[in-house]
Amino acid sequence: MEQPAVNDQPRVHQRTTRTIAKPHVMEEWVGKVFTTLCVTVLVVTIAAIVYFVASHGLATFITDGVSLSGLLSGLKWDPEGDIPLYGALPFIFGSFSTSLLAAIIAAPLGVCAAVFMTQIMPGLGKRVLQPVIELLAGIPSVVFGFVGLSIVVPFLRSVFPGQGIGIAAGAIVLSFMILPTITTIATDALSNLQRGLKEGSFALGATRWQTIYRIVIPTTLPSLLTGVVLGMSRAFGEALAVQMVIGNAPHIPHSLFESASTLTSVITLDMGNTITGSTHNNALWSLALILLAMTFIFVFIVRFLERRNNR
Amino acid sequence: MQQTGLSASNLSVFYGEKEAIKNVSLAFSPREVTALIGPSGCGKSTFLRSLNRMNDTIGGVRTKGEIWIDGENINEPGVDVVLLRQKIGMVWQRPNPFHKSIYENIAFGPRYHGVRKKKQLDEIVEECLRKSALWEETKDRLHSSALALSGGQQQRLCIARSIAVKPKVILMDEPASALDPVSTAKVEELIAELKQDYSIVIVTHNMHQAARVSDKTAFFYMGKVVEYDKTDKIFTNPSQKATDDYISGRFG
Repeated sequence: MEQPAVNDQPRVHQRTTRTIAKPHVMEEWVGKVFTTLCVTVLVVTIAAIVYFVASHGLATFITDGVSLSGLLSGLKWDPEGDIPLYGALPFIFGSFSTSLLAAIIAAPLGVCAAVFMTQIMPGLGKRVLQPVIELLAGIPSVVFGFVGLSIVVPFLRSVFPGQGIGIAAGAIVLSFMILPTITTIATDALSNLQRGLKEGSFALGATRWQTIYRIVIPTTLPSLLTGVVLGMSRAFGEALAVQMVIGNAPHIPHSLFESASTLTSVITLDMGNTITGSTHNNALWSLALILLAMTFIFVFIVRFLERRNNR
Repeated sequence: MQQTGLSASNLSVFYGEKEAIKNVSLAFSPREVTALIGPSGCGKSTFLRSLNRMNDTIGGVRTKGEIWIDGENINEPGVDVVLLRQKIGMVWQRPNPFHKSIYENIAFGPRYHGVRKKKQLDEIVEECLRKSALWEETKDRLHSSALALSGGQQQRLCIARSIAVKPKVILMDEPASALDPVSTAKVEELIAELKQDYSIVIVTHNMHQAARVSDKTAFFYMGKVVEYDKTDKIFTNPSQKATDDYISGRFG
């Protein structure tokens, strides 16, 4: 049984409260000011970036007279030609197709790996596999690009017609880069699943596989999708590794194994050759603005999924 | 079918090296409620979970001894735990409805045991909800999420779900300890109702609940059964001093 509470503390302690309270007021104030300052720096920086990108990106349409629909739907990109052309559709197409394909390759791999690590062999998963996959996240993108260029591209060239460079190569490299994101988020979601749900399913006579695909996966689906969307968003924004393997031809390719470009790769390639304030430079900012807008859309999708998950 | 009920003989359960259940033998009669009482850590939940081999799902647990149902020892390696768990249902302390509709929660089990026709599933769902006194409250929203139900309703849904596979025995691990008194009363009523068709084994920390709902009571202490007898006898005239001390709150 519990010990009865003994109240033998001397009363004196209560009278000292006023002197104790003072430093705490100071502490609270300092803490509040400091954290507020940090948040302000963050918010101002983000707002400044958005403003900067938007002001340059919109200048293309406002001061340089390039039409928005022309940029979004134009097929030809030739900013330095006699008649400059600013058609960014090939890049938009390249970005979407590489990141979508990468997600299609990486999502099943990542989710299945997470299922293995949490449901089939949790011991090995936690001790060995998870650290290995987290290591994958730390590999610099230039290394991914280099490996892609020396292994993936020659492989594709030997198997499929064409140069090997192109959307397929980009998507494969990207899929490895976003695998840790998808796997880590899926692993967290699966291991946070209320243990009772699995037991409830076992107790009704369901096997482990039935439990996994009828209870575990459907219950955690919003979180699994969050991982996929975050992975896609990373793939969408990745420049270097893609640029190394995609070929950088400014047109929509006829096959997955033909040279193409993405929004990010054209920005990194052209950026050094333009003069600040020129139409070409501003057009690149417009592409950056499209990237930024896409990032916002991805964030909104993640938010939406999280809200569904919490319901 | 032979009505032999469920029994454990010389059952020991080990967590690694630690022996949590020490050579326990207990027999449960059909159409009776048996309460397992005892202080925390005495092994009553472990014992309950070994009855449908739920301990298999956590690593490092080893079981020795025999558990018999319908003349079969379920503690043998070759036993199909899927069929076993169809015979022995389970309800937990925290209601754990699946994140699906009320209908799907109940249809989940029967689907795995070969019931595919919609009409038949409809009948099972209605029957189970009626048996668990949930039909009137839920018949107009069978296809809305089970998570929208109150805690007490969720627990009754979990009981309905467990009877949907037509078990012989229902194991309940503190089924009402997370519920308010009104919901608890409803669950207890339900247990009294279900007793007509099933044998029920219930772990509880609530002495009054044990006295109210059970026909027999087993008092567990340090992994052993100290006393197992008719509930009336245990609560009015226990033969062991330890039992008397526990039910009157002198230790535990």
